[in-house]
Amino acid sequence: MTLLEFRDVHVTYTGSRGRIPAVRGVDLKVEAGTTVGIAGESGCGKSTLAMAVLRLLPKSAEVRGEILLDGEDLLRMGWGRLRAVRWTGASIVFQGAMHSLNAVQRIGRQVAEPMLVHDKDLSPAAAAKRAEGLLERVGLPPSRTRSYPHELSGGQRQRVMIAMALACDPDLIIADEATTALDVMVQAQVLQLISGLVSERGVGMVMISHDLSVLSAVCDTAAVMYAGRIVEQGPAHEVFAQARHPYSAALGAAFPVIGDPAARLRPGGLAGDPPDPARLPEGCSFRPRCAVSVERCGEESPELLRIEGARSSACFVAQEGEPVVIG
Amino acid sequence: MDAVADKVLTARGLRVAFGLPGGRTARAVDGVDLDVAPGEIVALAGESGCGKTTLARTLLGLEKATSGEVAFGGVPLGRSSKALKAYRRQVQLVLQDPSGALNPRHTVYDAVAEGLRIHGIGDDEPGRVADALARAGLRPPERFFLAYPHELSGGQRQRVVIAGALVLEPSILVADEPVASLDASVRGEILSLLLRLKEDAGLGALVITHDLGLAWSIADRIAIMYLGRIVEQGPVEQVLTDPRHPYTRALVSVLPGSLERAQSPVAEPIVLAGELPDASRIPGGCRFRPRCQEVASGNALAVLGQCEGEDPALDAEAHAAACHLVHARMAA
Repeated sequence: MTLLEFRDVHVTYTGSRGRIPAVRGVDLKVEAGTTVGIAGESGCGKSTLAMAVLRLLPKSAEVRGEILLDGEDLLRMGWGRLRAVRWTGASIVFQGAMHSLNAVQRIGRQVAEPMLVHDKDLSPAAAAKRAEGLLERVGLPPSRTRSYPHELSGGQRQRVMIAMALACDPDLIIADEATTALDVMVQAQVLQLISGLVSERGVGMVMISHDLSVLSAVCDTAAVMYAGRIVEQGPAHEVFAQARHPYSAALGAAFPVIGDPAARLRPGGLAGDPPDPARLPEGCSFRPRCAVSVERCGEESPELLRIEGARSSACFVAQEGEPVVIG
Repeated sequence: MDAVADKVLTARGLRVAFGLPGGRTARAVDGVDLDVAPGEIVALAGESGCGKTTLARTLLGLEKATSGEVAFGGVPLGRSSKALKAYRRQVQLVLQDPSGALNPRHTVYDAVAEGLRIHGIGDDEPGRVADALARAGLRPPERFFLAYPHELSGGQRQRVVIAGALVLEPSILVADEPVASLDASVRGEILSLLLRLKEDAGLGALVITHDLGLAWSIADRIAIMYLGRIVEQGPVEQVLTDPRHPYTRALVSVLPGSLERAQSPVAEPIVLAGELPDASRIPGGCRFRPRCQEVASGNALAVLGQCEGEDPALDAEAHAAACHLVHARMAA
């Protein structure tokens, strides 16, 4: 069952520098009970896309296309309906839990708040009880419900955010760099928790990260974004292990597999910076940083096309069946 | 004494304790021996709160050791400001967040020249600044002289910070999470720079990180820190592909990138429960015991008495571990 579907979504910001296209035509589906990863560098549009789902973007952002949650277009929903959908239909776990939590409210109360807002018949005592249960599920002892955010470690705060996202039993959870600031062991704990939720409760999950290796470990499918577009899509572990777009290859190489002799004392990476979205290059927007580009890349922008099985790539070289990595 | 031994940064029995309200003491660094020589990159890895940043600050004389000693070329680090100043020409700090480390109202030239001015090096300032920028990969350097930090990309800002350290021609850099705040593709660029500085200029570096992949990309040796102590250290290849200490084994097992199980030295992911204990409540006996998977699974029954009774020391191997169980298996 398709839970969430992006149909040709465009997001354009208007500011002092004119119109800046942040997302330029994204099509993506999230099935219930699966996890879809979105990878890319800062500014590639991945967070803008996530925020567009719950219409959390600033007024200067113009969103076009359709974002369907259970078949219902979120972009054309009335505010009342949207309020109901936020938390109960879909919820977001943001990065930087310290800034997303209220510093002067006990965490038990913060987790209970969305329940009380969305269920008028729920008594505060029952909500508190449920909040305690949720915090326990994410591995925080019941005594912690009376703690303030500053009394918790970074990993614990991130778990509070996940408990909050679960408060109203949503069908879809969006995690935006939810484990980025965490240490490896705590990250492993949080990822284990997230995978458990997806398989046990059949929720759909969108996981956004700049770290392709994290996505390959947790997600079913992965989409790699560059300059506002999806440039590669496919089963997550395949995208990480055998990229079919030179950009995904470079992104994956930035996080080496320990034990891989090819990566030893050879830090991978990619020279240059992502293009300025207000001044995108002609043709393929990745061309200025690409090592395998051909003449055609400067003339037209490649579409995201299926190349084999479940793999798609927006690279002329990969579409011809040629390797996208030199060396 | 040869030229390299003259410039080795050493820590011996280093301890740093902080007094906390209520009379408790946090033992942030709790008995560390460490060497960094020119021409090698040493990674110091551990979770937040393990004391790695305190250790780095102490190595630079920014924090006072409670006991033990930091020395450079065999000469103990003095406390006088003159001695510290001379020392810091040799051992330079690279900060983690380039946006925070640079003054937004100073040009790149001023940011890099600041070290020279502090140290009263007046001859050929523009030449030295240009040389440092070029060595940090900002070429042609003159083009960057008058730029302000906000006009640069994240990778370029981090290069300016590194140029500011290089301008004094130090022997050793201490870099605290040099790429943690950078984007994936810029990361490789900065790591390549550190590697090139080591290979071409014989620079030594201590890189503090929570990221074991970074160690695999650039470091020669690695030290794994847990709750104020180094629990395992040795050549990167050995420590990361054949970890000995249960803590290192757990860390390596949960790395997302090593989920290609065939290649991982530890077959199943070992997700440790709980978090790093508070440095003011270091468990007695082996400090890792309450979270140790070998203790929990009963594999360590034969040495449990030791685990409960005494904190294990690193053995004398080139690839050393501080674990009673590992030592008992070695002896058997």
